[in-house]
Amino acid sequence: MLEKISTRAAYGEALLEYGIPNERVYALEADVAGCTMSGVFGEACPERFFEIGIAEANMIAMGAGFAANGKIPVCHAFGLFTAGRAYDQIRNSVAYPKLNVKIVGTNVGLTVGEDGPTHQCIEDLALMRVVPNMVVLSPCDGYETKQAVKAMLEYEGPVFMRTGRPAVETVTNRIQDYHFQIGKGITLAEGNDVTIIATGLMVQEALKASDLLKEKEIYARVINIHTIKPIDREIIIRAARETKAIVTAEEHNIIGGLGSAVAEVICEECLVPLEYVGVQDKFGHSGEAWEVMQAYGLTAEHIAEKAIRAVSRKEKALR
Amino acid sequence: MEAEKIRELKLQAAKTRKVTLEAIRTANSGHIGGSFSIVELLTILYFDKMNVNERNPHMENRDRFILSKGHCCPAVYATLAYRGFFPLEDMRGFRKLKGYLSGHMEMNHIPGVDMSTGSLGQGLSVGAGMALAAKCDQKDYRVFVVVGDGETQEGQNWEAAMAAGNYALDNLICIVDNNKLQLDGNCEEIMSPYPLDQKFKAFNWNVILCDGHSMQSLSDAIDQASERNGHPTAIIMDTVKGKGVSVFENQIRFHGGRPTEEEYKIAFQELDRAITDLEG
Repeated sequence: MLEKISTRAAYGEALLEYGIPNERVYALEADVAGCTMSGVFGEACPERFFEIGIAEANMIAMGAGFAANGKIPVCHAFGLFTAGRAYDQIRNSVAYPKLNVKIVGTNVGLTVGEDGPTHQCIEDLALMRVVPNMVVLSPCDGYETKQAVKAMLEYEGPVFMRTGRPAVETVTNRIQDYHFQIGKGITLAEGNDVTIIATGLMVQEALKASDLLKEKEIYARVINIHTIKPIDREIIIRAARETKAIVTAEEHNIIGGLGSAVAEVICEECLVPLEYVGVQDKFGHSGEAWEVMQAYGLTAEHIAEKAIRAVSRKEKALR
Repeated sequence: MEAEKIRELKLQAAKTRKVTLEAIRTANSGHIGGSFSIVELLTILYFDKMNVNERNPHMENRDRFILSKGHCCPAVYATLAYRGFFPLEDMRGFRKLKGYLSGHMEMNHIPGVDMSTGSLGQGLSVGAGMALAAKCDQKDYRVFVVVGDGETQEGQNWEAAMAAGNYALDNLICIVDNNKLQLDGNCEEIMSPYPLDQKFKAFNWNVILCDGHSMQSLSDAIDQASERNGHPTAIIMDTVKGKGVSVFENQIRFHGGRPTEEEYKIAFQELDRAITDLEG
């Protein structure tokens, strides 16, 4: 049995591990420390933890003030209330002056489940991706999240990282010499019939889909894109050239996120059939997390269906 | 404050107004009204009160300055240029593709600018962050933030005021430029932000009222605000939008509008006369 841990829980452990020894690191929190897991850091290091209250815009801009004084502030809230509510503060007070502010938005996507559409953030990757100077991270499991946090704190400049609530299987630790590098995608499964490019907890679904596809003798390559921006153009172009069919999978609106980023690359470099798995430009719904995911078409089975479709489009084009 | 010092500062203010207006004229755009209402404040801060070093703009323990109403930057640029942070002739590049003096405050290319601003309502939060960071480092520098009266309609100011009061940031000084006008009209008619003093007091701030065009009044206010008593201080500064030029004063049009050639002529005549008079 593989270890299951949420990316937000792993985040909390990583902030403790990498944030405590670095005296420049400060945590700012908008009253959801128990969800973002910044509270773990706050307990261990109260002198570098500040509650800003339910005031995300103020928290982000205060973070800019910390960064302007040489500190590494990490601002915490839900995905929607960082990337969404504080968009202008992130754009104008963080990204434009290129201040070293880290923003961690948790409880993203449909898997916040019962809380429903007001909290099911499906726009954060799009919102953060279009802002110049931003690095956008979306790790898939606990193991990767920890390394992503280390890389984020070492990087000088604004970073947005999304983390999620549900416990997810750890899959990246199976790779020998796994090394997280901002902007470098990771191939988790080899195959040449189709490539599934996934991010966040859809990476695990993509791996399950590749198993389903094997039963139909379709061999899918699975690429984990943990950095939405800068996107790893090279790994996408290679996948397009070698497998000639691509499926993207993300717990996000199909508009503006990973799928769009991949489409931008292949349209410029190597046009091949592309299928999107994601939220089809509509709001979510309250419900048990994976029931909602099932209802919205965000499971391994849906990825496998889209992969089959991509392969048949490829074959049609070749005929 | 000595009479001679006051005369020097007033002369500097008159010169700053002239260079500000020249830059706006060269750019053929820019915000005269709100720039002119803060000139005495900028002059006394940069030529008397603030600990800054033009030879070392990033000096660690310098006092910080944030112009939250970032559109009034030409007056700050003119002040910084006179203070020696960059050459006065660079003002010709204000708002120009080939210049570096952006249409709103910009920190990475303009020596002496501590924060980029432009989107209203964010500067006081950034200032609170800087002030809290200073406390963490046990540094004793002050953080000055200039906010427009109309700008206080942005709710984020009050989030920042709450945080600054909560964290007892007595190294934070917010100066409200109470010129009573905003782009669309009188603040009171658009969306009254008043009473400002009671609002700040309610958030556990000290409040000082002063005349924003009197060097003595400003000097007293800033000195009083610099005393540390566990509360941030708001200086609500009574000012005239477009101050210093008869045709600009209290004219809503000059929030961001262009003067006519005739108005420019009058303005430069009046500013030149003010300079000559003060030079004695």
